[in-house]
Amino acid sequence: MSESISSGPVDPESPGTAVSGGASLPANLEAVHPSVPALRARFDDAILGHELVAGDEHIVYVDPARNFEILQWLKDDPDHRYTYLSDVTAVDYGGGRPLQVVYQLFSIPHRRHLRIKAELSLDALEIESVVPLWQSANWLEREVWDMFGVTFRNHPDPRRILMPEGYEEGHPLRKDFPLRGRFSRAEQTRRALSQDPEDYYVPSELAGGREPQLVPWQEFAGGRPPMSTTHDSTPTSHDPSARETGEG
Amino acid sequence: MPKQTLELDVSRTPEMGADFRPARGLLAPTDLPEPTLDSENMLINIGPQHPATHGVLRLLLELDGETVVRCVPHIGYLHSSFEKLGEYRDWNQVVPLTDRMDYLAPLIYNCAYAMAVEKMMGIEVTERCRVVRVICMELDRIFSHLLWLGTWAIDVGAFTPFLYSFQEREKVYSLHEAYTGARITTSATRIGGMMADIPVGWDQGVRDFANGVVKTLDEIEFLLSTNGIHLGRTQGVGIISGEDALNYGFSGPNLRASGVPYDVRKDRPYYDYETYDFDIPIGEHGDCYDRYMVRIEEMRQSARLLHQALDRLPEGPINVQDPRVILPSKTDLMNDMESMIHHFKLVMEGVKAPAGESYMAVEGSKGELGMYVVSDGGSKPVRWRIRPPSFVNLSVIPKLVEGGMLADVIMVNASLDIVLGEIDR
Repeated sequence: MSESISSGPVDPESPGTAVSGGASLPANLEAVHPSVPALRARFDDAILGHELVAGDEHIVYVDPARNFEILQWLKDDPDHRYTYLSDVTAVDYGGGRPLQVVYQLFSIPHRRHLRIKAELSLDALEIESVVPLWQSANWLEREVWDMFGVTFRNHPDPRRILMPEGYEEGHPLRKDFPLRGRFSRAEQTRRALSQDPEDYYVPSELAGGREPQLVPWQEFAGGRPPMSTTHDSTPTSHDPSARETGEG
Repeated sequence: MPKQTLELDVSRTPEMGADFRPARGLLAPTDLPEPTLDSENMLINIGPQHPATHGVLRLLLELDGETVVRCVPHIGYLHSSFEKLGEYRDWNQVVPLTDRMDYLAPLIYNCAYAMAVEKMMGIEVTERCRVVRVICMELDRIFSHLLWLGTWAIDVGAFTPFLYSFQEREKVYSLHEAYTGARITTSATRIGGMMADIPVGWDQGVRDFANGVVKTLDEIEFLLSTNGIHLGRTQGVGIISGEDALNYGFSGPNLRASGVPYDVRKDRPYYDYETYDFDIPIGEHGDCYDRYMVRIEEMRQSARLLHQALDRLPEGPINVQDPRVILPSKTDLMNDMESMIHHFKLVMEGVKAPAGESYMAVEGSKGELGMYVVSDGGSKPVRWRIRPPSFVNLSVIPKLVEGGMLADVIMVNASLDIVLGEIDR
């Protein structure tokens, strides 16, 4: 039987198809969702497991190396047509367990929902971007990079999105990230004050991948780097060192 | 060869020039070549503190004359890390975080979160609770659309509709307050039910509001829908085709204005929406005006839904009789040992959800609002993820405004109906 090929990664004890949630068990789980046997038939060894949760939600675990072609097929195949990518996110269970990248797909013609998961080990957080398939993945994948540190190959705009570009404390939604951040509150304040607001209003911001905006802390400790050799600069309201003494 | 961009920032003092070089001006070296006029693109920064960005959105625009060449949105100014905070709270304590995301439609977010957790735990809420939640969600759909309508009118240059719509919104604030005690941060749902049953007379208040808002909409439509300035500012502006709208992840009224009839209430029905009689308004051009018309019509449909839901509001308990999630009554607590144990465990440990996960999508006022909850069997979420409709809708704005005029950026942004609290979370 196809169910016994592999085990669902979340629940390694139960073979093949795992069930959780409050619903009663249907006789043949995969027959309930037509896309699951079709995926098994098309991408035999890349389908690593299937799980039914919360009564009617089907999860298919796929090989992260082949996520793009599987999702492309799901989007384009006329029997499936998952034209709407609702969400891309990730789940970190902590404890060194692999991080899951989660795709929520919806097929408007067939009114079907399917969840695709790809598990990435923490030392190889890299997966192919699906922006060429769905433009909606653009910001969603940026958010996964920002919050979890998953690199999306061939992403057109791989910047942070919610945290500032020069944020150096890591990726906040990882389980090993403390709730209040890695740096002390004083250090966070110092770093915020050492940013130069003028860096935010320049044409290079339009160019995408730009230089980090943080003035390195070591340089800042000794005062600002020399701005110009031609004239003396009096402290202005823009000068962070003047501001810090004022507020500190 | 790409056009050379010129930095234009008159507020900059000479000694603070870019690259630590004296800016052009009195101190500029004379050997800098004067740029030719036809090769200059202007850099315009809108926000983050700007009334027309509807929050702390920042748009960086590169202009060729008045035409937008590039648009780069910057978000995150309101980032509060709600998803991380949720992992440190038990299941019921997450509810107050949900209404702080979209403070324009807090009850929808309360309900969506409770629905996701209940689905994961396999809890069926009572019939009365289902109908009350439908009333809450439709009420807040109108509530949110009314704010959008008022600010939209302000952006287009009309002030009166703003006053009309906020007068109606005030009634919803009062209804919120009568039910939950709070006007914005409602926190009305609990796992397995609501924080309380609706107060006496509240249903009549909702009915009066549903009757009144339709009349107000007529008045606002009389001012706006055929107004020449309004038509000129919105028709043919910010056009997106249905196919593109789907691919870019549009949802809600924005998607339906492009002619795609995808509404979660119809396509993935929850809470018996398939048994209600309501229509899904569809646009055909996908421009700002169609997004306006779709939302206006949606408010009328929500008023219809409110009447139907109030008509079928059944008697009975509002909370499930499930000791895993709902506190026993005070009488039981005092007389029954088992109830007392349940009460103690619920208060001390919180609701415990069995290991599992669920993605619950509802039709929020902004679009498809998904709540994705993951549990490992503990009393706190392993992961609580919001599929943010405004976030995905806003990501389309460069496509909508590039090639258009600078003045249209304001209208396109207004037509998307974003709320930054939910975009930045």
